[in-house]
Amino acid sequence: MDNNLILKLEGIEKSFGEEKVLKGIDLSVAHGEFITLLGPSGCGKTTTLRIIAGLETPDRGRVLLEGRDVTDEEPNTRNVNTVFQNYALFPHMNVEANVGYSLRIKRVPKKEIVKRVEEALELVRLTGFEKRMPNELSGGQRQRVAIARSVINQPKVLLLDEPLGALDLQLRREMQTELKRLQTHLGITFIYITHDQEEALNMSDRIAVMRDGVFEQLGSPSDVYDRPRTSYIATFVGSANIIKGKVVKQTEDSVFFSCCNGTGIAALSGVTLSEESEVTVALRREHLSLHKEKPENAHGFWTVIKEKRFSGGILQILLSYGDDLELISSKQGLDSDMTVGDNVFVTWNPENAVPVDLDGDQ
Amino acid sequence: MKKKKRKNRPGLSIFSILPLYLFTIVFVAFPLIYLFVLSFLTRAETWGVVNQLTLKNYLGILDPIYLNTFIESFKLAILTTGLVILVGYPYGYFMAKLNSDWRRRMMLLLMIPFWISSLMRLFGWVTMFRANGVLDKFLMMLGIIDEPLKLLYTYPAVVVGMVYALTPFMIFSVYSSAEKLDWSMVEAARDLGATRWKAFVTVTLKLTLPGLLSGVVLTFIPSMGLFYIAELLGGNKVVLVGNVIQEQLMKSHNWPFAAALSVVLMALTSFVIFLYRKITKVKDLEGLV
Repeated sequence: MDNNLILKLEGIEKSFGEEKVLKGIDLSVAHGEFITLLGPSGCGKTTTLRIIAGLETPDRGRVLLEGRDVTDEEPNTRNVNTVFQNYALFPHMNVEANVGYSLRIKRVPKKEIVKRVEEALELVRLTGFEKRMPNELSGGQRQRVAIARSVINQPKVLLLDEPLGALDLQLRREMQTELKRLQTHLGITFIYITHDQEEALNMSDRIAVMRDGVFEQLGSPSDVYDRPRTSYIATFVGSANIIKGKVVKQTEDSVFFSCCNGTGIAALSGVTLSEESEVTVALRREHLSLHKEKPENAHGFWTVIKEKRFSGGILQILLSYGDDLELISSKQGLDSDMTVGDNVFVTWNPENAVPVDLDGDQ
Repeated sequence: MKKKKRKNRPGLSIFSILPLYLFTIVFVAFPLIYLFVLSFLTRAETWGVVNQLTLKNYLGILDPIYLNTFIESFKLAILTTGLVILVGYPYGYFMAKLNSDWRRRMMLLLMIPFWISSLMRLFGWVTMFRANGVLDKFLMMLGIIDEPLKLLYTYPAVVVGMVYALTPFMIFSVYSSAEKLDWSMVEAARDLGATRWKAFVTVTLKLTLPGLLSGVVLTFIPSMGLFYIAELLGGNKVVLVGNVIQEQLMKSHNWPFAAALSVVLMALTSFVIFLYRKITKVKDLEGLV
């Protein structure tokens, strides 16, 4: 691991005035990894990125780049480049001059600059746009110029601050594929910021879900999606259902709990819960099964269908249970024969129910 | 993008811009034409002019005394503009970087002197520079000098007065373009490997150049024509084109000659600005010129 380690953050803390924006960030990034910092605006993800870039100095903690402490180094001496949220293209320079900027600063011979600019533009599929000015480009094209400009110098780490935020949905999808292709092709480590969980799940090797200046969970997309650590993550990433119940009994690999008018079961090992204690369980919408009759020996509870919604080929059924508590079930494909007002029994596979907030975090 | 905006502004019919045209014709175009015509007329024996066309006024300017005045004024204007850039650019630049509270304070600091008549402010400098004046006394008290410097009625005093009077214009125009600057571009330059200085030269300076240039125009033109600063702080030691014009008009009552001097002065400044724009290739001087 250590040889392969390219970037390390150790206990990064940062305050702006009274407000503590980062409360101890630790992160180890391997060479060639695609890491996404996912979180709502104001969670500190941009500040983290700016600290890695050197545009901000942490109050506490260290930034190590290939084992070298760069915490107090100027941004221009770090082999890290950034794709800014607003692209920050130089308005007084054409595409060619923008892309070649870092090479001109380094006084690379002119011939080589021309060659490398050409290659970089080819990479982002903008050949032929050399002489255009930034204000003559579309949003997507500007984005590509910004990427070409920051990869031309072959940085060790590329930082991307919500690079697709300003693009429309379709372009965003295209650019996601493109960025992933680029990253694999160049073999550069990407640290990517987004508040879009779908983007994070699609592209990343690992996701760090950020909240209030800390990493709430750091893991692979399937870790974060299938085994959310907290109810916050469960709802933020893929908007899972959260149900609360009281522990009835615990076996080696699962926990049984009571919930309004029924019982539930969830897979759980390695943690012991005391009887009668509260337990919170995350259940993905697509993992709910609805039955008109209660299946034998099944764990689950009765609910009432309140609403049915069809959106994008996915049927969503809003279910209510208990006192104003709601669940959403979703499934791909055709309408079901159940109608609003029906009583249905909800079940799920124990391994799809994930107890969350086990360590007392909210 | 700016150019696009200027085209086809909706709602501006010929009637709504008519007052503006009228104003320009009456108060700008007409006086200029009158001045131009006046410069070709002959001076009357005692008062006013007679309608007799002549080139005598322009030929009179070729007299070495007046030519020299032009050269001296030109030198002083360049020196003044240079110093105004040195003082005004950093001020405007840093003011744009401050938070809004401090910006307001700095702006107020600039505005307060404008509430006092410019002549009064100039007399302030007179008291400052006078032999045994405020400056002399202060420096002698500190023991830096033993004798009064007698700065009043010297060239440096005039330069200080000019720079003092014109710097605010530079500050305002630099500030207005630095304020619009997207600082993330400077960060991008730093991120791409530029040192602070390199980033400043390749990005900040380039993008605030329109403000700097309009500041230069706002400084250079008046400094060619300001006469009262040279008179009050320079005595009769520093004579500028503005002083000659004022003298010809008010004392000698030679209106045609004063007009001819003005026309040449205008032509000269226009030419300098034209050259400046050619060299720097900045077409848009923030709406000026």
